[in-house]
This record gives sequence, C-alpha cells and structure tokens, in this order.
Amino acid sequence: MGEEEGLHQTQLLDTMFVRGLKRKCFDGEEDIEGTLAGIKAIPSYNLQRQSLLDMSLVKLQLCHMLVEPNLCRSVLIANTVRQIQEEMTQDGTWQMINTQSTGQTSLDRLVSTDILCRSSREQAEGKQVPGYSNFNKDFEDDQTQDSSETMSTASSVQAPRNLQSNVWEMENPQENRGNFQKSLDQIFETLENKSPNSVEDLFSEVDNSYYDLDTMLTGMMSNTKMGHCDGLETFSSPTTTTSNSNCKSDLNELDHIVEILVES
Amino acid sequence: CAGYPGGRGSGSETGGRSEADIISTVEFNHTGELLATGDKGGRVVIFQREQESKHQPHRRGEYNVYSTFQSHEPEFDYLKSLEIEEKINKIRWLPQHNAAYFLLSTNDKTVKLWKVSERDKRPEGYNLKDEDGRLRDPSMITTLRVPVLRPMDLMVEATPRRVFANAHTYHINSISVNSDYETYMSADDLRINLWNFEITNQSFNIVDIKPANMEELTEVITAAEFHPHHCNTFVYSSSKGTIRLCDMRASALCDRHAKFFEEPEDPSNRSFFSEIISSISDVKFSHSGRYIMTRDYLTVKVWDLNMENRPIETYQVHDYLRSKLCSLYENDCIFDKFECVWNGSDSVIMTGSYNNFFRMFDRNTKRDVTLEASRENSKPRAILKPRKVCVGGKRRKDEISVDSLDFSKKILHTAWHPSENIIAVAATNNLYIFQDKVN
Repeated sequence: MGEEEGLHQTQLLDTMFVRGLKRKCFDGEEDIEGTLAGIKAIPSYNLQRQSLLDMSLVKLQLCHMLVEPNLCRSVLIANTVRQIQEEMTQDGTWQMINTQSTGQTSLDRLVSTDILCRSSREQAEGKQVPGYSNFNKDFEDDQTQDSSETMSTASSVQAPRNLQSNVWEMENPQENRGNFQKSLDQIFETLENKSPNSVEDLFSEVDNSYYDLDTMLTGMMSNTKMGHCDGLETFSSPTTTTSNSNCKSDLNELDHIVEILVES
Repeated sequence: CAGYPGGRGSGSETGGRSEADIISTVEFNHTGELLATGDKGGRVVIFQREQESKHQPHRRGEYNVYSTFQSHEPEFDYLKSLEIEEKINKIRWLPQHNAAYFLLSTNDKTVKLWKVSERDKRPEGYNLKDEDGRLRDPSMITTLRVPVLRPMDLMVEATPRRVFANAHTYHINSISVNSDYETYMSADDLRINLWNFEITNQSFNIVDIKPANMEELTEVITAAEFHPHHCNTFVYSSSKGTIRLCDMRASALCDRHAKFFEEPEDPSNRSFFSEIISSISDVKFSHSGRYIMTRDYLTVKVWDLNMENRPIETYQVHDYLRSKLCSLYENDCIFDKFECVWNGSDSVIMTGSYNNFFRMFDRNTKRDVTLEASRENSKPRAILKPRKVCVGGKRRKDEISVDSLDFSKKILHTAWHPSENIIAVAATNNLYIFQDKVN
C-alpha cells in the first residue's frame, strides 16, 4: 500500500470515526436525515471498519517483531480487534463479507497477515512452515515451556485455520469467534513466550505460494520435529462440520492432506 | 495571569540527534535543590541549583550539572532471547537524612538505589602509606603524624548501594517511595511489588492482576503511587481508565480494592478508540493527599478520594485531536504516555502535548495556558508567549493549525519544583527549565 494511499485511507477513517458513531439500526430512527445519511454511510462504514481491523492486526504482528512487545499497547490493540469483531458478528456483516466475492481479497489480506505473523520467524530459518507447525516448533524449542503446556496449546490450534483463505470462512459466527479468539490467544501466548525474532521481511509482499497447498505440504515434510502422529493429531482435532459447501471443500482438502501424510 | 512569564531556556546539550539522549524521566528532589533526568541510554544527569548570590541577582538559582553517571546498562535475557533496554523509566528521590543524596532509578526490570555524595576534602599524611597509596616500610617510619583533611576540588560521586533485581516478569512502569521511608513499591504491567530498602533478595507481591490464562488478559496496570502521608495506602491505574485505591492493612495481597474510581462512559463519544484513549498514562496524588490526578490521552482529571463515581474536574488537553484518532492510531501516537504534575500548592496542574507544547491549568481561576518549549521560539530569559491551536475556520496570525502540529515533538515528562514556580520540561533530548520572572 503506497504511503499516499495509506494517508488517504486514514483521513477517510478519521472522518468516519469523527464522532465515533456506530451504525444505527434503521428502526426507531428519530432523525430522517440521520437515517438517510446512515444508509448512505453503511458500505463505507463497513469498509472503514474492515480497514481498521486490518491495521490492528498488522500492529499486533509488529508486536511480535519488536524486541520486547509493549504489553499495554498489545492489550489495547487486541481489545480493539475483539470489539470490531464482535460488532461485525452482531450485525451479521461477518457472514455478509464471507459470501461477497469482493470481500475475498480483504479476507486474504487478513489471512496473509496472520500467516505472515506466525511464519516470519520460520522465514529467518529458511523454512516456509505453516502456522500450526511453527507454533509447535516454537514451543518445543522454548526450554522454559513446560511440556504439558506445550501439548495443551498445540491441541488448541486447529488445522483448517491454516488452510489459507478458509481461515475466516467458517460460516458459523460462533466458530468465527472461536477461531478468531484463538488467533488472539495465540498472539498473547507468543507474547509471553518470546522467541528470537527476525525483522527482515516484515512487510515483504505476500508470497502467494503461501496459498499453495504444495508449499504447505513441502513445509510440513521438511519439519522433522513434528512427527506424523502429531500431524495427524492436529488434523484430527475437528472443527464443527457445517453444511456449507465451502466447509466441505475444506474437509476434502483435509482428507487429501491426511492421505498424503499417511502415505509418506 | 495564569501563564508563567519567565523563560529561561536551559538546554542540556548532548550533541546531535542521538537516540540515547532522549530524556525519559525528570524529577525534582524534595527540596528542589536537585533535578534529576534519566535518558534512553541509561544515564542519569543531576542538576543542582546555584546558591543565590547578591553579586549576580539575575542569575537567581540557575541549575547546573552536578553529577552524571551510568545507571543502567543494556542487558540480554538469554532465556527469552530478548534485549532489556537500559532506558530509565523513572527516578524517585528519597528524603535527605545526611549529607548524601539518595535516589531510586529503574529500567524495565531492575531498580537501583544510588548514593550521590560530595567529596571536597582529602586526607593527607598517613603513616603507613605515602601520598600515592603505596605502603611504606614500617621499619623506615621514625615519626608519627596525624593525618589532616585538605581541601580538594569538589568531586561528586555516585555509587550503587542496592540493586533490586529479578522481581519483575513484565516491564516496570512506576516506582514510588513510601512515606515511612523504609519501603517502596515497583509496579509492572501486571504486578506490584513492595520492597524494603535494606533487603534486595526479597520483595512482597501486593497486587497481581495476571489472569490464570493469559488469553483472558484485557487490562494492565499503567501507573502506581503511594499516598503521600498514609503509608498503608496506594493507588494504581489501569489501561481501562480505572483507578484502584488499596489499603495494605486489609490483606497481604491487595487484589481487592478499597476504592474503585471510574467515570461512566459518555455514549455520545463512543468509538472504537474509546478504550484506548481512556487508558490512564499517569496517576499522581496531590501534595495534600486529598486528590488524585490522572492523565489519559486527551484529558487530565482530578478526583476527590471521597468520590469514586466521577472526577471533580476534567481538563481538555488537546481535544482537537479527537477527530484525528485514527491517524494517531496508525502512527502509534495514540499510545504515547503523557505524565502530569501538581505544583507545590496543588493549585495548578501541568501536562505535555505535541509540537513541544505543554499546558497548565489553574484549578482556582479555571484559566489555562499553552506554552512551547523550543529554542526557535524562545530566547533565554525571554518571556514565554502563550500559544494557540486553531481548530478550523480562520487561522489567526500566530496560531497554528492542527494539521501543522509536529507529532514527533512530544512532551511526555515534566516536573514542578516542590515549593517554587520553577518547572522542568523535557522535549525529546533537550531539557528546559522555566521559572517565574522576578521583578
């Protein structure tokens, strides 16, 4: 994002957030003009809110990259993210965004920042390992980490979350919240258990190969620390099945991956 | 006039734009004779006020460098693979009991007690060693003499007397000396510890807000201070804009507050940034002990200890920033931690802002003034001119518009002399000292 673009965007956001008005319901609106303005403002409000969410997630990543994250700042940003997510879930925009094709790009961006965050540490070691295995690896490396804690945290990481664009596509808002919450939780866990950081590639272009199943699989293969059993365990921790076709495709991919693991 | 005419800019010149010279804390001692500053490079510089002299009345009480020492060094935490910054977060003076001065200085992890003492005499004429310190052969000594003290050039030496380490997992944001002068507390993001000055290998944990599950963390401690007179009472502020007053007599672990100060949220001002701007960056008891003052991003509030449900006074520091919150969030300025101070009589409060501006509010007359700490705009001994930020519409000649404010020039740290109208203002790596103009 060019700097000018960024400035323009935040100026828009400033205008948007001037009086911090939440988007009001249409029912029971005392002011007709306000209602009309509200209607017109809806699409841009959502976009601006989305933009704020993106910005916040990037900031949380920055926390990972700094030498020692400022806990107060991280907590405040995380609370802001939760607040946005809750509002988006409440007014149903979460689902709306999922079904829109235009929303797809912003979701990808969200996802990419998530993966970027977790895998940038691995990048320093020349690996492109997907998030969950990073997580396990970090905990195994971290000598201060108690093994029981490692296991329990590892099992909380759910495999589909690492399937790129499917991360945010869980149709059930509760699940969205759950996965989302887990992202935040993960961030706090890593904040607590800091590991060596690398500041290079912080803002490198999103490598689209992240979205390649092949890349992910390659990464998994090269991760010798994670045994096949672990991999299977991670995959077998289920997400609730829904009837949505997107989710079905997730499961199909899961099966595919499991097959490959087992065969190797 | 609520302004303080009397400008005497005294720059603490530390060559160039080195980041290590950024001043991170400023504090007068209890008499106002000494002024200590700590910087990002772990150094402490102490200024001493000149004795007033009849011969040079216009040089009334200038502050000159008295002592400079390296308080903290950068460290490396091997377990977590993290650097520990040497930046001095806070300095607090102890009251003076003898000729030496004592102060506490802290970085993110370690508190140190420093003794600053003068030496202006030197013993000479020892029997067993000569002037260079070499031992004399006892068989060569034929006479005895009594060593005498001879004057020497004044030497000020600082020695670390205690090191209070390994008690904080998180970053220390506050230290506060208790009125019993035997104990002090250190507060980090999640815990507050009580120390005895004599004991360095032990501290008592008196507040712990760390959740069992870090995933549930939503609030941190931002500042803490002991009551100026009641040694059992202290307050701490949080990132959610609340203040808790605790009584150490109630229990060993003060997790349950005796009083809880929180202002109800104004629904018309609610936004995604409401929580962030409500986070309290500083809390200070008044000298009287009757009030506490808190600083959040846009306001300073004065609370009466006897009223918990809202502050008694609210002062807008730079409300024109309210429409810029998103930009300030993006460039991280919204997380800047401004401090606030009382004057000696608790009638005026002061806090910093951007563009090297700082603000003073007179609680009695309700007048306020904005002043600027910069060399371009104030010559030494010139009277400071009040500044004004133009919020929109027509800009008058000497006003400055909000969009022209320099957000990299922030005044986070200020100090007020305990009894006189002398203030110290830290503007990045420069220190300004202003005082009331005489005659």
